[in-house]
Amino acid sequence: MSVLCPEIPAPGFSFDNCRRNVMLENKGLVLPKATKTGTTIVGIIYKDGVILGADTRATEDTTVADKNCEKIHYIAPNMYCCGAGTAADTEMTTQMISSQLELHRLYTGRVVRVATANQLLKQYLFRYQGYVGAALVLGGVDTTGSHLYCIFPHGSSDQLHYTTMGSGSLAAMAVFESRWKPDMEEAEGVQLVRDAIAAGIFNDLGSGSNVDICIIRKGGNVDYKRTYDEANKKGQKQNSYKYQKGTTAVLTTKVVDVEEVTVRRIETEEMDTA
Amino acid sequence: MSLAIRPYYPDYSTVPTQHHFNPYADNGGSIVAIAGNDFVIIGADTRLSAGFSIYTREQNKLFSLSGTTVLGCSGCWCDTLTLTRILKSRMQMYQQEHNKVMSTEACAQMLSTMLYYKRFFPYYISNVLVGLDNEGKGCVYSYDPIGHCEKATYRAGGSAGALLQPLLDNQIGQKNMLNVKPESVTKERALSIIKDVFISAAERDIYTGDSISINIITKDGITQETFELRKD
Amino acid sequence: MFSAPPFWENGPAPGNFYNFPNLQPQVQQPQDFRQHSQSPVTTSTSLVGITYDKGILVAGDLLASYGSLARYRNCPRIVKINENIILGASGDYADFQYVKDFVEQKVISEECLDDGLALKPKSLYCWLTRILYNRRSKMDPLWNNFIVAGIQDGQPFLGTVDKHGTAYADKVICTGYGAHIATPLLRDSLDKNPQLNLAEAKALIEKCLEVLYYRDARSYPKYQLGIIDVEQGVSIEGPLEVPQKWEIAYHSKRF
Repeated sequence: MSVLCPEIPAPGFSFDNCRRNVMLENKGLVLPKATKTGTTIVGIIYKDGVILGADTRATEDTTVADKNCEKIHYIAPNMYCCGAGTAADTEMTTQMISSQLELHRLYTGRVVRVATANQLLKQYLFRYQGYVGAALVLGGVDTTGSHLYCIFPHGSSDQLHYTTMGSGSLAAMAVFESRWKPDMEEAEGVQLVRDAIAAGIFNDLGSGSNVDICIIRKGGNVDYKRTYDEANKKGQKQNSYKYQKGTTAVLTTKVVDVEEVTVRRIETEEMDTA
Repeated sequence: MSLAIRPYYPDYSTVPTQHHFNPYADNGGSIVAIAGNDFVIIGADTRLSAGFSIYTREQNKLFSLSGTTVLGCSGCWCDTLTLTRILKSRMQMYQQEHNKVMSTEACAQMLSTMLYYKRFFPYYISNVLVGLDNEGKGCVYSYDPIGHCEKATYRAGGSAGALLQPLLDNQIGQKNMLNVKPESVTKERALSIIKDVFISAAERDIYTGDSISINIITKDGITQETFELRKD
Repeated sequence: MFSAPPFWENGPAPGNFYNFPNLQPQVQQPQDFRQHSQSPVTTSTSLVGITYDKGILVAGDLLASYGSLARYRNCPRIVKINENIILGASGDYADFQYVKDFVEQKVISEECLDDGLALKPKSLYCWLTRILYNRRSKMDPLWNNFIVAGIQDGQPFLGTVDKHGTAYADKVICTGYGAHIATPLLRDSLDKNPQLNLAEAKALIEKCLEVLYYRDARSYPKYQLGIIDVEQGVSIEGPLEVPQKWEIAYHSKRF
């Protein structure tokens, strides 16, 4: 290519690798499987803020990959976000947006708005055209009140009073549709969120284990209740499965003399902040 | 890179999609069986499911074929219903023709033949057949969907089969262990191991849970027991 | 200097063999296969069934959809079979009508024997299972989910059969979207109170149909309710209206 007439790179994002992966898959290449969180995540707006809820099961196909994973992610002091879909995508997306919002907060010196987080998240997801598989329920409070958004992997979002996502979303939504009303008290709201998550846990095979709840009150007071309710108790084993010493075969043993090691202590030094 | 290549969006495709009827369904479920010198125990979970939903939490998957033989089925439930119904009538026909109850070995052979009869449109079932043989010794037969039959003393089958078999190999078969004296398993230990392995399976397999039904077969007959598992 | 020889233009992909033109035998596709209808056409959506202390309730709306079109709005699909059986169906409406006619003829034939014996719910359930399993084995399924409700030996019986011939009985059975939306509500209520009375069960069913109407795009606010009671026998009520509340919608001002 001549230097005088450089090739203008095509504008926008390149999805060459996505197409390549589809082609390779059709030829029989098995791509590494990502952990999907077949999930129940929910959020409601109540009188004094927002309540988010999530189950704690992560699945890989039909096996449970993580029995107690955390699906309510920190975004900002006044904002949390539940994630469903590809576990890595929900985690990384929320972490990255969280750091951007922190920089935004330091730059502006104000409490960041939930609408800002929503906009950043949906713009990020839209750029990746659904290849970043994160389905999110974003909730928080700011100077304009309490807000709840539900953001889809392709980058669309909804602002609602109560919302559910993940494979257990229908079970949880049934609970909301039958019992949610405006301006609920906190205790009533927490019970409703618990019941919605429990409906997902017991009726959807992709959801399970415990109920996590996060209450974000107006004024920025947050109450993150990890394992709010242990919906399922693990069964009691009847036998002991401890092995006698010497049960495992030792094939070879090799003893290596270790040279004497000297340890040098390093004094800590104050960081130069001048 | 040419921009002329149009990306493919399945959601917006206008090409007609062809539906294909899949005659099989995976309804999950696990079976574990352990045989001893004078008994055999078989357990099956009671969850019937499809996809991500639970059809019912109390579905018995153990079918007693005679006073000393029990069959456990998991996999495609509609095939299970059909197979067990045919088996039952075949048992009755045998009884009326020969004026005696079919032995466990004969049942095992008949099941193999019946499965292979549908070689090219198989019953999609993981079968585990247990019973007492003519000497009163416990035995376990396990099958693949098209009729391969293998006699064993313990077996795990169904959706959590691959998860549980190595555990049974170690705990019952005493595999990969040094300094253990070979001893046959007692009825009490077999029963508690079955309960324990199902507790483990319910932790990690989404298609196993709710409760287990257990059949204990001895020369005195079949006793039934149930045991609760987690429901999520 | 080292340009690819022209032979390799349009050559095989790396790792594949070169196929010279027209050297592969032309495979004739078989022309004599039979094509069966392999997807439903006019469909009806969820059915909701629950057992209460003295009987069973089965409810389903009256809509038969043509794809996403709300085509026929008065299609009853809960029918009384005899004095102790109710049959409900979701899925393809034509297939349901075919099965209904078949079952009704069967009941008439049995009536003609005049032996005082009537078809029992478990018999119908078992028979339907065989019919549906045979059709799926011919790769020509009846695209339905049936619910059989009845009283046998003084006990309520609630069972279902799907297009594969998968059959099971339980205290709560819902089909279609109902399995995902109504079942959690019904199971939860039954866990808290296993002995519902008729009024409680009716209220519960009504709530489920309301929620289904909010969330299932193929549902309709007019429904039929089949009741089979140990003492009262069979009755089919309807058309009934699903209660609706849309005030919450006006709360959402922001989009």
